Amino acid sequence: MPDYDAIVVGGGPAGSAAAYCMARDGLNVLMLERGDAMGSKNVSGGRLYAHSLERIIPGFAATAPVERQVVRETVSLLTEESSVSLDFTSSRLAGDAAAASYTVLRAEFDAWLARQAEEAGCDVVNPARVDDLLRDGTEVVGVVAGEDEITAEAVVLADGVNSLLAQKAGLKKELSPRQVAVGAKEIIELPREAINDRFGLADGEGQARLFAGVPSRGLVGGGFLYTNRESISLGIVMGVSELCRATERVPDMLESFKAHPALRPLLAGGRTVEYSAHLVPEAGLGMLPELVGDRVLVAGDAAGLCLNLGYTVRGMDLAIASGEMAAQAVVEAKARGDFSRRGLAGYATRLAESFVLKDLKTYSKAPDFIEHTARLYTTYPALAEGILLDLFRVTNTPAARAFRRVLPHLKRTGLLNLARDGWKGMGAI
Amino acid sequence: MSMRVEQKLALDKFNVDEGNPHILVDQERLDAATARTLTLACPAGLYTLDDKGRLVFEVAGCLECGTCRVLCAHAPGGMRWNHPGPSFGVQYRFG
Repeated sequence: MPDYDAIVVGGGPAGSAAAYCMARDGLNVLMLERGDAMGSKNVSGGRLYAHSLERIIPGFAATAPVERQVVRETVSLLTEESSVSLDFTSSRLAGDAAAASYTVLRAEFDAWLARQAEEAGCDVVNPARVDDLLRDGTEVVGVVAGEDEITAEAVVLADGVNSLLAQKAGLKKELSPRQVAVGAKEIIELPREAINDRFGLADGEGQARLFAGVPSRGLVGGGFLYTNRESISLGIVMGVSELCRATERVPDMLESFKAHPALRPLLAGGRTVEYSAHLVPEAGLGMLPELVGDRVLVAGDAAGLCLNLGYTVRGMDLAIASGEMAAQAVVEAKARGDFSRRGLAGYATRLAESFVLKDLKTYSKAPDFIEHTARLYTTYPALAEGILLDLFRVTNTPAARAFRRVLPHLKRTGLLNLARDGWKGMGAI
Repeated sequence: MSMRVEQKLALDKFNVDEGNPHILVDQERLDAATARTLTLACPAGLYTLDDKGRLVFEVAGCLECGTCRVLCAHAPGGMRWNHPGPSFGVQYRFG
């Protein structure tokens, strides 16, 4: 008789969602987390799309430690001296709980979610680093954590983007630099009133900003800013395969981004209180591992379930949904007494039939578009700057109609290039 | 208000596993291009080149992102990378 029905490795959103759902359905579950505190190894840009957690824990935002609800979405193209933004503010972004999104700080948020799993009856042990899967012959029968061997009918690997265990299980290949981006982020404290005033927000309202151009120094990457209750999450994300062409270090790129004239006044007087870094899986379907093996399932970042479209970045909502579906598959497997690859296959089927893999499929060309459209990071920010400078700057030089002023800029970029990138972009994102 | 990365790392909470580093670099097995990329890519700036062009790595301050692991995956034996042992490494208070 194994020690547990299921062991969950990793106490992030995927792991806690899986542990919560299995414990709620009466399974005997253990969750192991390597961090000293739950959530203490976890980093994200900062926004949770609520829908998948709302499904599991309706009304969660009333008690969970969310920071602000996003009511303002801004995408900006930056050159050295200019910022061109698409800025969308709407109370309709805040209407429906299942379509809401919240800024979060992961140490606090992940600890809360893990506590929900614990209160549902899951055993939670940390800090515990799982070093390997425990095998009886070729069969996975549990995990090895330091001196301890713990047995279970099934193991859910939710151990994050650097999932060494999914590799050891033979389900996942080593990551390649083209599949991941590195994020570097600061938490910058500011008084609540200052954040409200500077970003045009009321208490509880938040803004999400994404930036292309100068933050990545023309390479594949970008910047982000999320408003928390009393801090700003500010960072850059850089495609790892691009960094061999970089002319400055990642930490220096972040400093340059902070010093941009469009950013500096927003951050003035703020105090940096933490610096963090994390890998982001960005290759979508192209990096999907085998999702199930005999007695083992892979969820969340460990399975590469992330989606970066340039204007939205998703990970936690996919992680939580995958955790729930992994849990459902294990519950079914227990009812049938079949934890083999075939017995757990319902996990892969559920993912394929849900928004998780459907969205990754819809946007399957996005990673390639984002990686291979160099003009997004150099030419287009400069193009936008040039056009708007010509439109808004008034001098004593005789003016031309708007179209006459815009056309030379478009010609300089190349109408064919614009058409090609526009067409590719429409098909990708 | 410009900050050096060392100043930023000083804000973080670390528990360094003295004498038991979770990353071991064998620079003999890494080509010069990879070594240079490591110095650019590490968000904590822990990889540097000394005056003879040799790669120097300092484990204290590691943010555990895994970028160096991925960059060295093509060079067998160039890097041994694991998550730090229980209770060791960085402890994010915000994340």
